[in-house]
Amino acid sequence: MEQLNDIPGLHGFRFGGHGGRLGTLFHARGDDWVELALPYAPELVGDPASGVMASGPIVALVDMATSLAIWIKRGGFVPHATLDLRVDHLRPARVGHTVIGRGECYRLTRSISFVRGQAHDGDPADPLAHVAGTYMNLDAPA
Amino acid sequence: MMLPPYADLLGLTIERGDDDAPVLLMPFGNDVVGRPGFLHGGAIAGLLEMAAIAALQEALESEGAGRIKPINVTVDFMRGGRDKPTRAAGVVRRLGTRIANVEASAWQDHRSRPIAGARMNYLVERG
Repeated sequence: MEQLNDIPGLHGFRFGGHGGRLGTLFHARGDDWVELALPYAPELVGDPASGVMASGPIVALVDMATSLAIWIKRGGFVPHATLDLRVDHLRPARVGHTVIGRGECYRLTRSISFVRGQAHDGDPADPLAHVAGTYMNLDAPA
Repeated sequence: MMLPPYADLLGLTIERGDDDAPVLLMPFGNDVVGRPGFLHGGAIAGLLEMAAIAALQEALESEGAGRIKPINVTVDFMRGGRDKPTRAAGVVRRLGTRIANVEASAWQDHRSRPIAGARMNYLVERG
């Protein structure tokens, strides 16, 4: 997508594989953050009785958003692996609403990238999830 | 046992382990790929969530059913998920009147070599 073409290693980046299957879209970015959009779809439902989206797609969304935020802050793509990711579900996502997942990289070391984020479904002041996680930089010297 | 629509997106099927507890099987395929040749962390997290729900639903059914809502999840990624089938199972550590503490782990080659694990807290609303 052209919004990431200026980031070394991300030219021509697109959401393939699982990210593409979920229907992930680019939304916005800054120097150390990225927002992605996940349109509501019946196949993402985790609770058929209410139609509420499962936790998994939201975890996947913020995993991708925080990864991209790290690459932007590091100044280019580096291979990395998610060490851990914690998601607090503050409230259910509203049925039929697109979920916006925001990932921010707030600290880089040679080996570890620290991230946090939120997800909302229309009003950033009324988040539905809070996120915290760490990634290991696989290019760092041992 | 009925799994939600999101489990179909991941391609999950239910097996029964030696102890008759549900084990979820996720085949490798383009729908669950991250970087080429490896599982997407989100797909692994989704599989772990479904394994936790399967274990919790089964435990709840033996006590007269109820609805559950996720409060939080913490996922540890321990090994890269390669291009082969992945299995996952959940264990209900505590089932209280209002809160359930559940753990889940996912593995490929052997259950003793997990590729990822998760801890979840669920809100339980009994019927």
